[in-house]
Amino acid sequence: MTAPALQTTRQCPYAPPEEHTRIRDTDSGISQVTLPSGQIAWALSRLEHIRAMLTDPRFSSDRRDPNFPRFTREQPSFDIMRRSIIQMDPPEHGPARKAVVGEFTVRRMAGLRPRIQEIVDEHIDAMLAGPRPADLVQALSLPVPSLVICEQLGVPYHDHDFFQVRSSALLSRATTAEGRRQSVTELRDYLKDLIAKKAAEPTDDLLGRQLAQGNDPEDVLSLAFLLLIAGHETTANMISLGVVTLLERPEELAALREDPARTLPAIEELLRVYTIAEFANSRVAVEDVEIGGVTIRAGDPVLAMSNAANHDPLAFDDADEIKLDRGARNHVAFGFGIHQCLGQNLARMELQIVFDTLFRRIPSLRLATPADKLAYKDDVLIYGIHEVPVTWDDPA
Amino acid sequence: MTAIVADVGRCVGAGQCVLTDPDAFDQSEEDGTVIVLQDSPSDNEALKRAQVAVDICPSRALSLTQ
Repeated sequence: MTAPALQTTRQCPYAPPEEHTRIRDTDSGISQVTLPSGQIAWALSRLEHIRAMLTDPRFSSDRRDPNFPRFTREQPSFDIMRRSIIQMDPPEHGPARKAVVGEFTVRRMAGLRPRIQEIVDEHIDAMLAGPRPADLVQALSLPVPSLVICEQLGVPYHDHDFFQVRSSALLSRATTAEGRRQSVTELRDYLKDLIAKKAAEPTDDLLGRQLAQGNDPEDVLSLAFLLLIAGHETTANMISLGVVTLLERPEELAALREDPARTLPAIEELLRVYTIAEFANSRVAVEDVEIGGVTIRAGDPVLAMSNAANHDPLAFDDADEIKLDRGARNHVAFGFGIHQCLGQNLARMELQIVFDTLFRRIPSLRLATPADKLAYKDDVLIYGIHEVPVTWDDPA
Repeated sequence: MTAIVADVGRCVGAGQCVLTDPDAFDQSEEDGTVIVLQDSPSDNEALKRAQVAVDICPSRALSLTQ
């Protein structure tokens, strides 16, 4: 059996590869593709199908299952640690998620607002004091979420270069198997050492509280690894993509500045149209399942083309248009089902504070490189922009 | 009378309902699971918000009954 190779290069920064929309718009909306691993996977591309799969216990999230969809030839290298919550299925998953999700409630996140505001203001101050043009990615997009997750977890921020380099390597499609294994091992060793210190001298932070609750340090290690990687690269890319999109739409940006109540709906729309973790919703079938008239067999890898689904005309009117006041929240940018992003409410708040503060404090902010000349991350598992040169006028 | 029913056992604490209508939903401080504050929507707007909350609940823990 043969199937065409999966395409990953987007038609434009937010439009899915042509192949994904072609599959979506066939009668079944389902087709088979060959992954970079050589695996042949079912590709789901409609919102309805992906939501159905992600709420169906006959699909597993166990990334150690040899049939789980992979983007690399070799088996994953994180098996040197215990399964983290993202790799668990019920009944193991529920109690493990509930042991940590209390740290991420909407109310808890609101309590972080003053500190996040302070972090954003400090980074904008530093950018304004520095040379023009500045790279928004290094000045704001990366350090803000990185500092926030470090403080929340209790990871020393001065080590951020160490884990930044290694998490970027893990997310790049170009990294070799050996490079990936080395990055995972070094990150693991770093976090293991940190957790051992926290076990010896308790700290009042997420990792410290997990230990204080009596959770096994090996499980806290897997959790720390997941949250550290997931917690900064993703939000960073959404900050960069969001700022570029808003700068390209001056009228809508002006409306946003006038009325901050517009920011959260705009963030939902940006999440939808960019769907930066577009393949994170993939699964492996553990029983035979019929979806959209197609029978998926036990053991079949299933790839969710989440960006195509978030542009599905059956689910969204004018699905390919960016409408910042659309207000649609049924997208799968944060996933769906029991594994839906743990940090989504933290991410929303970080984006809200960054956008509101940045455009209020620097009304003359503009791109120093045209949007269509920016280096977009078609080579990385999490979509985004490598560098965003921005400039602004002298203060009046 | 429409009522909001929450299955706490299914809930994974994503907080989507709280984000949709903080007057109707809250989350447990302990394990993040849903707490229904107002189990019958008071007007049409509240009902619409409840319908959105049911639709976007990732673990299918919410439903509306007549």
